[in-house]
Parts: sequence; structure tokens; C-alpha cells
Amino acid sequence: MLPDPAAPAWIAAVWVTLKLASLTTVILLIVGMPLAWWLAHTRSAWRMPVGAVVALPMVLPPTVLGFYLLIGLAPDGPLGQLTNALGLGTLAFTFKGVLLASLLYSLPFVVHPLQAGFAAIPPAVLDAAATLRASPLDRFVSVVLPLSRPALTTAALLGFAHTVGEFGVVLMVGGNIEGETRVLSVLLYDQVEAMAYRDAHLLAAGLLVFSFALLLLMQRLGRRTAVADV
Amino acid sequence: MTYKPLLATIALLAGLLPGIACAQKKPQVQARVAVASNFADAARQLANDYARQSGHRIEISAASTGKLYAQIRNGAPFDAMLSADADTPRKLVAEGLADADTLHDYATGRLVLWSRDPALVKDGEALLRKGTITRLSIANPELAPYGEAAREALIHVRRWDELKPRLVMGENVGQAAQFVASGAAPLGLLPRSLVQVARKTTPGSGWDVPAAWHAPIVQSAVLLERGRSNAAARGFLLYLRSPAAQKKIRAFGYD
Repeated sequence: MLPDPAAPAWIAAVWVTLKLASLTTVILLIVGMPLAWWLAHTRSAWRMPVGAVVALPMVLPPTVLGFYLLIGLAPDGPLGQLTNALGLGTLAFTFKGVLLASLLYSLPFVVHPLQAGFAAIPPAVLDAAATLRASPLDRFVSVVLPLSRPALTTAALLGFAHTVGEFGVVLMVGGNIEGETRVLSVLLYDQVEAMAYRDAHLLAAGLLVFSFALLLLMQRLGRRTAVADV
Repeated sequence: MTYKPLLATIALLAGLLPGIACAQKKPQVQARVAVASNFADAARQLANDYARQSGHRIEISAASTGKLYAQIRNGAPFDAMLSADADTPRKLVAEGLADADTLHDYATGRLVLWSRDPALVKDGEALLRKGTITRLSIANPELAPYGEAAREALIHVRRWDELKPRLVMGENVGQAAQFVASGAAPLGLLPRSLVQVARKTTPGSGWDVPAAWHAPIVQSAVLLERGRSNAAARGFLLYLRSPAAQKKIRAFGYD
């Protein structure tokens, strides 16, 4: 689906932003669940280094991520050669490339709530399910998932909101292409630079209201603890 | 876990800070000059030469011309501006934000079609007129005069509409050049001054776009309202007009 060229720039940017945030959230939930489960329960020596790597995007300047990604995604870069071999082409300046950047950038915001939720499930509950001959998958689907629904919601909302708030990484690896990599935060930056302050005000206020509403929603959901009542 | 070691470390670092600050004794910044990205590297070297001659230390802030204009309009603390075009400084004069008497052209820029791949730009003209271009990096035409010149050059070869979806836009020429230098974009239409810098580490292949393909990129400098009584800023602008500085500017890749 391509935006109509006559439509204002912000419509294309809203579309790219929503698509990016939704896909990032869905993929991170799928990847994040096993990773969070492992981090919550493993006693392996790898737990700390892996945990640190997962948390890195929280402390790294997005520009560090953007700088290395652009080099890595170049046709002769390691990631570029990998994606070429996989038939994906080169990802720099494409939606897929920005999606990859977002997955890295929002990873901790999805994994951490899930990890906390999984860790809070009493082992006794799982033991009871095992005693009743529930298979591991069955235990996960019928015991763990319902109990960690609040954690899942928090992870999804945080991952989504954090991706909408992304700026530096997208600016560096996206190349500012309308309908492809120009997200709302980059469009806002463009408007401010071009001194289109009226448009910038509208967009900034819209993003502010959206973020506030999302966090309000999270507070409401979070009134129940991270783990549903057993 | 006890926080004592952490607190001790923080206290130690806090104690070191004044020492670090003292060790950093630099000569006082006497003028802040806003410089268009294409000229940043040249301006820094010229500022060093000027400092050696005069003892005045000049600090350079680089960004796209459009961004600098917005910053100056919003009261950014710059004493002079070296623009990538002739219009912006004149606009600042008209708005009472710059001194008309100091307005002068200090350089004329040129565009280069450049690739990191040494084999890609064999016949630059044929490539631009009818060759296959998968991605082309330019600066944002809305903000950077070199981006506008790139747009004019593409209109000249009647390929603007066709190539528009394949453009990647840096928010200034520096970022547009980095897209090409990193290899992420195979080709870019970039200022010759930046390509000269990039070629020191990555020769690649390039072709000078004829000056007639776009409006001349005349770059003007002007003293800003804030620098009206700043001898260092005034002196630096005068130094830019000297034969020695002009010779250097040509060596940096300007006509």
C-alpha cells in the first residue's frame, strides 16, 4: 500500500510509524517470550552477559546503534552480506532496515516486563500442573500465559510506545524516505528545521497526547500487580 | 549489597572534576561561527591558521544552512555565519539580524557524483543521464543549498521524477556523504569539498558535475548582530577574503 502522493506528508508518516511500531511489538513478543523465560529461570553462566546485552539499548546512545547498523548493513558489511545471501537485498534505507533497528532498540522494553512477570509465577503452581500431567507446552499456554497477562500487556504497550518515540536510529539508517522510513519523529524534526512551526506544533501535541494516553492506560492496567491473582 | 564502594567512587570522581576542568585550560573562545556543513572542515583549518596569526580562538558550529538560519532566528549565540548559499545571509540582513557591510562571497561550491566503489563512476555523465541508479544520496533540498543544486542537476538531466523514490536524504551534506562513505548508498551527489576529504581514506570513483547543470552555489559570509562589536569574528571574516585564505579555499575543492 502506497500513500497517495497528494496526501499531506504526515499521513504517510503516521502509516509508517504505526506499521513499524506494530510489527516491532508483535515480533518482539514472539522472540521475547522464550528469551525472557530463559532469563527468568536459567542458572547458566550466560545469564548475566545475555542480560547485559538485552539491556544495552537502554543505556547506549541511539546514535551508536545507528552508526554501527549503517556500517553493518552496507552491501559489503557483515549484515549486508547476510541479508543479500538470504535474498532480502540490502536493508539500509528500507523499511526492513528500520524494523531491524527498532527490534534491537526496543528489545529491553519488551523483555524486561516479561522477565519480571515470568519470575513472579510461583514454582508451586507449575509443579501442580506438572503433577496433573500437563505437558510443558500445555503448562505454558494454560498456566503461564494467563498468569502473566498483565506483564504481556505492559511489554506490548512499552514496546509500541518506545518504537513510536524512536528518533536517532531511524534518522541515521532510514535516509528519510517518505512512505518507507520517514516516521513521525523524523517528520517533526524536518518541520522544525524548515521552520514550519504550526505543523510541528500539531504533530508534537498529537504525539504528546498519544504517549500520555498510552501511559495512562498502562497505569490503569498496572493497578493489578504484574502477575494476575492466583 | 552495600553502596559504600559506589558512593566512594562517585565522591572520588566528583573530587577529580575541578582538577580535570583546570587541566583543560584552553584559550578563551572569542567568537562562535556558524558554518554550513560542506565548509566545516575547511573552516576549522582556516580558524586554526587565523588563531596562529591573531591569537583569537574561533569555535565552529556546523549544520545545514536551513538549520543554522532557524537557530540564528531563534537567538543562537553565533557571531558570524558562513552559509552554503547567497540567499540566507541576505535574508538575515533584511531581517536586521546581520550586518550588510560585512556581506561577501567567500567560495563557490561544486557538486561531485561520487561512489565508494572504484569501478562505478566510469563515465559519470552517461551514468547521470541514462545509467542505472538504485540509490542516490543527496542532502535535503529544503534545508541544504547543495541538496537544492543536486535537485536542479537531476532536473537538468530530466530524471528528477524518476529518481525521486530512490533518493536518500541526509539532513545535511555531512550525513549525505556518510551514507555514501559507509557504502550503504552506492552513489551520492555531494559537495566536492567533502568528497576530497572522504577520498583521503576511500578513493572510490567520482565525476565533477558541470557547473552549468545547476544555479551557481555561491557561498556568502556575514557578521551577525551579536558579533557586531566582536573583533575576533570581524577579523576572521576579513581573513577569509585574504589571498592566502582564498588560495586555501580553492585547495579545499571550491572554484
